[in-house]
Amino acid sequence: MNNIIEVNGLSVLHGDLRALHDVSMNIESGKIVSIIGANGAGKSTLLNTIMGIHRPAGGTVRFEGGDITGWRTSKIASKGIAMTPEGSRVFADMSVMENLWMGAYLPDAKKARAAQLEKVYGMFPVLKEKSSQLASFLSGGQRQMLSIARAIMMNPKVIICDEISLGLAPVIIQDIYVKVRELNAAGITFLLVEQEIKRSLRHSDYSYVMVKGRIVMEGKSSELSHEAVSDAYFGINQFA
Amino acid sequence: MLETLPQAVVTGVLLGGLYAVIGIGMSLIFGIMKLTNIAHGDIMILGTFLTMRIAQSLTGNPVIALLLTIVIMLVFAFAIQNFLINKVIAKGAEPALLVTFGLSIIISNALFLVFGANTRTIPSQLVTTNLIRTAHVSVSMMYAVNFIVAVAVIAVLSLVMNKTSLGRAIRAASSDTVMSELLGINTKHMYVYAMMLTVVTAAIAGMLVGMTFPFYPTTGTQYLIIAFGVVVIGGMGSLPGTLVGGIILGLAQLVGANFIGPTYQQLTGFLVLLVILAIRPQGLLSKAVRK
Repeated sequence: MNNIIEVNGLSVLHGDLRALHDVSMNIESGKIVSIIGANGAGKSTLLNTIMGIHRPAGGTVRFEGGDITGWRTSKIASKGIAMTPEGSRVFADMSVMENLWMGAYLPDAKKARAAQLEKVYGMFPVLKEKSSQLASFLSGGQRQMLSIARAIMMNPKVIICDEISLGLAPVIIQDIYVKVRELNAAGITFLLVEQEIKRSLRHSDYSYVMVKGRIVMEGKSSELSHEAVSDAYFGINQFA
Repeated sequence: MLETLPQAVVTGVLLGGLYAVIGIGMSLIFGIMKLTNIAHGDIMILGTFLTMRIAQSLTGNPVIALLLTIVIMLVFAFAIQNFLINKVIAKGAEPALLVTFGLSIIISNALFLVFGANTRTIPSQLVTTNLIRTAHVSVSMMYAVNFIVAVAVIAVLSLVMNKTSLGRAIRAASSDTVMSELLGINTKHMYVYAMMLTVVTAAIAGMLVGMTFPFYPTTGTQYLIIAFGVVVIGGMGSLPGTLVGGIILGLAQLVGANFIGPTYQQLTGFLVLLVILAIRPQGLLSKAVRK
């Protein structure tokens, strides 16, 4: 087994509040891994800690075997981890193309910029149509696509997506997951955070269920039953 | 009074160009770091003194002296941003503002220590040459150069910010720090680059100011207030706004002086500033929406 990201015994404090308790997880290279949990379960905190936005009180994060705990976010990103944060966070005062260029900021990505741009325009034709428009004129779904496309421009090994389906129409969500599959088939590892159980299990290879800052269940997505995850999710089993 | 009005308008507009190039660095730093750089005027006057000294002792040519000054100022900008302002900027706008306040005092006192309290000038033939001279209006070469250089500096800076990879990264860092970091942009480095761009404009402004007006170690504060006026009128962080702000302030001062008397030049300038603040507190060309 070849783990690209290994999280070991991670604890995070938000003031006096413990947001993560001793969280451990392995992201196998080339897979789609999902984290399922309700609001406030600590999913975003976990992602943000992996990316160095939050500092852990204890535990380690390893990427390709090397310790990256406590590194500056830009340095972690430069190793090959992209993240699309909750709410897309496109640069509203820049054009769609400038947003994509921002994804290709790092030297290696910049060299491949033209080719990558062709690739993402092929995947998301609507972005090509609107390439010279300001990102602030895009719809919610288009912004989400731009956010993913910008992450692809980084030419990353791993893409971490924080609730990419939040607030989007089912047709668009379906479309976005098709793209995730395509990218995964091309070798990019995904770590997805979702609130919806069914969607998470259907679109991932392996799943973790988080409740109140802990991982309460994990397993191959095909082997986890909707009911069992649901019980854990709503905290009506022994872990509650 | 009316017969001297055309002269006041022309001089006011041209002086406004100089004011704009004085204010542009302040606007840039505010736009990017949300930092009010109290030391801006002193950093500029530091540039003026360096250019004067280098011109005196190494080369007679103030432009070559300016280039050397810019090199020194770049090192200085790197040092103050990397070792001082970046250390406190995450704690909010106030601690960083206090750091620049301290810098302001240190710079003006250091200049006093090295150069003494004497009033200085950077000698230039531009001041005594006239570009235009008619019965009603005369334009000195110096004022014309001030205006042209100001427009050029603002145009180049706008190009750098809008059309280069570095400029875009600096803008990204200022609009969303966390997202920029996620894209691999070290936002603290962007702040250092922004400060370096700022001191280049300050060094250029400093040379022009030193050629146009007499200066001494504490002159910086006087120009800080002008920079403030320019940035507030034009809109914090808007580069074209800086030019508009400079011209309005220059016009307000000289047209006011024309009708009320030169003693009231500062007063009329700041009255106009107050009126604009009352009508449009975000500044004339600011993108920020009033909340």
